[in-house]
Amino acid sequence: MLEAHQLSFRFASGSPLLTNISLRLAPGEWLGLSGDSGAGKSTLGKLLAGQLAPHQGSVTIDGSLLPARGVRPVQWLPQSPELAVNPRWRVGKILKEAWTPPDTLIEGFGIEPQWLKRFPNALSGGELQRVCVLRALAPGVRYVVADEISTMLDPITQLSLWQALKAHAERHQLGVIVISHDTALLNRLCNQRWHLAGGSLRVSSTELEAP
Amino acid sequence: MLHIDRLILQLPHYPHWWRQEWTTCIDALSLHIAPGEVHAVVGASGAGKSLLAAAIMGLLPSAARLEGALHFQATPLTPARQRQLRGRQLALIPQSLSALDPLARSRQQVRWAAQRAGLGRPAAQQRADELLAHYQLSHAATHYPHELSGGMARRVLIAMAQVSNAQLVIADEPSVGLDPTQRDRVLAKLKAIAREGKAVMLITHDLRHALPVADRVTVMYQGRGIETATAQAFRGQGEQLTSPYARSLWQALPDNAFSTQPSVLCQEPAFA
Amino acid sequence: MNHQPRLLAAGYAGVLCLLVALLLSSRFWLGDTPLHMQFEARLMPPSASHWLGTDALGRELWARTLAGLSLSFWVGLSAALLGTLIALSLASLAMLSSTLDALVSLLIDTLLSVPHLILLLLIAFALGGGTQAVIIAVALTHWPSLARVLRAELLSVRHAPYVAISKGFGKRQGFIVWHHLLPHLLPHCLVGALLLFPHAILHEAALTFLGVGLDPSQPAIGVLLADAMRYLTGGYWWLGVFPGLGLLLMVLAIERFAALLRKAL
Repeated sequence: MLEAHQLSFRFASGSPLLTNISLRLAPGEWLGLSGDSGAGKSTLGKLLAGQLAPHQGSVTIDGSLLPARGVRPVQWLPQSPELAVNPRWRVGKILKEAWTPPDTLIEGFGIEPQWLKRFPNALSGGELQRVCVLRALAPGVRYVVADEISTMLDPITQLSLWQALKAHAERHQLGVIVISHDTALLNRLCNQRWHLAGGSLRVSSTELEAP
Repeated sequence: MLHIDRLILQLPHYPHWWRQEWTTCIDALSLHIAPGEVHAVVGASGAGKSLLAAAIMGLLPSAARLEGALHFQATPLTPARQRQLRGRQLALIPQSLSALDPLARSRQQVRWAAQRAGLGRPAAQQRADELLAHYQLSHAATHYPHELSGGMARRVLIAMAQVSNAQLVIADEPSVGLDPTQRDRVLAKLKAIAREGKAVMLITHDLRHALPVADRVTVMYQGRGIETATAQAFRGQGEQLTSPYARSLWQALPDNAFSTQPSVLCQEPAFA
Repeated sequence: MNHQPRLLAAGYAGVLCLLVALLLSSRFWLGDTPLHMQFEARLMPPSASHWLGTDALGRELWARTLAGLSLSFWVGLSAALLGTLIALSLASLAMLSSTLDALVSLLIDTLLSVPHLILLLLIAFALGGGTQAVIIAVALTHWPSLARVLRAELLSVRHAPYVAISKGFGKRQGFIVWHHLLPHLLPHCLVGALLLFPHAILHEAALTFLGVGLDPSQPAIGVLLADAMRYLTGGYWWLGVFPGLGLLLMVLAIERFAALLRKAL
């Protein structure tokens, strides 16, 4: 169980961005997070993944704090894959920095073996995003924060990415937090839906669909 | 207004330092845009959408090889004519917001665009102020580009395209990086430009949000024009769409089936 | 399109390598020609037997120019490498804490605000002249501009999402520095060193010309030019023109190459 307890975060100027945010996510669950730009969705995602430290409150997994070293159990996936990979590394090395996925999984994510020999700039955004998602599924990872990862993609690429992640998450009881503007997408994917506004969370939709 | 007939674009690339090969980026694409129409060009990244814009504007790298016919207002678009019409009859709203001059305030940027279109300085200034007011940018008239939000900068670029009185406006991914409110605003502005009798080419990967403003949609895949359909054809199960690729693009949307036959994902669509 | 500078740079590198090989091998096949005095042929203008003419002691100017360029090359190379090393170390140091960063930035700004020829003279003078003093003085005065570039680069990479993600996979600081940060800096260092190089050569010549540089008995370009000054009024133009031209060509060639390389990388 991933839990956020009373998280608060302030800008460097001191004005509050997030106040007293609490949420829970069980393994295998999908949580959708929406909100206007500047509402703090990405910041909340980074707090949950341990990329940022909250000013107050804590994030725990099964009651214990996120470990300071080793593979983080909550992985963060940013919007643009181009910035999430070292442009001087070949794709194979990028993937292996985290782990060596089995060939079946590489195939399952629609990653072609010859991509691994290429540099990131020779891949399209959708292709690279699949590499980034697969990279984040290293052993020991139990939750993933996907911050607008499909915004830049056309519908078919977007769909195939989510299908691959969905299949893996089901098999490994992975919890996923989806941050997006796209309410239709969130309704499709998530069994918990929250809307972030004015620094706090609200249940966003009454019509929760089973995923 | 704009007629593209079997356009082929090839770019050189170098697998090694010395060996040159040609990649076909646009493959026998035909496209017609009429005045008063928003024509969406939709496809995955790498489908050749942005290169199409560059080909029309005459902004391709010099090494590019171009074949086929490009006609604007029934006259061939030669490089010389493109140079002459650019910023006057042809306007591009680029994808990158860095296209704004970083050292000029918003009203200057728009005024310059008006002056390029042939207005005298006082008239240009007046027109610029009118347009900034129209785009709800009056408060940002004296801002520099780095002080503008993504949506504001995009609206400045649209205002520049409109003030130039261009007959053809090409918007390259105008909604990327904008939140839904801003995106809807920007798309509505493009629609308004088309209502004035201009032709608007909307290049985007975002089929769903292009549909409400578009009159017709051309679906591109790997440089080819797979299908051109009216925006109304994208409804239901996509029965009115002729190509499997366009149909699966439609069905893959989260508000529709959010699924597609796996075969379509892998297999290359038939050339429509 | 964007491959053209690459090819050009490769061609340039070839030509440059040939010239450098010629320069560096010259000390072996020149022997003592640069120092060999011919009293029967003093101050001869350029001719078939004395290609670039001779100086006041009857020494062959072409041999002296070549030897001078070779010497300048070594001094310039050492100074450029030392300067790059200083820049890299200080830029890395600046990453450790904000106080250190402020200190390094202050040092960079201070040094950049002082006219560096004066600083150069003072350091070379304090170190007592000679080859080593010139190398150290040039290195100590030329690192700030490169250090500024490297610091900015480091700042931008350090906050790149892929570094944050690398940390998220449990990678240690050392791994990140070695595999992410340094490879990113390498091309900048290379270009930076190459751009420092011509500067270092010019300043070595200037210092030697002013008398606080290399030993006057060595055939350094600065020495040749200082000598030429004394005879210029006598109409012995070749004494100044050829060493000067040689220096100019070498500096230009390296500068052009560095500029091309920067475009290509």
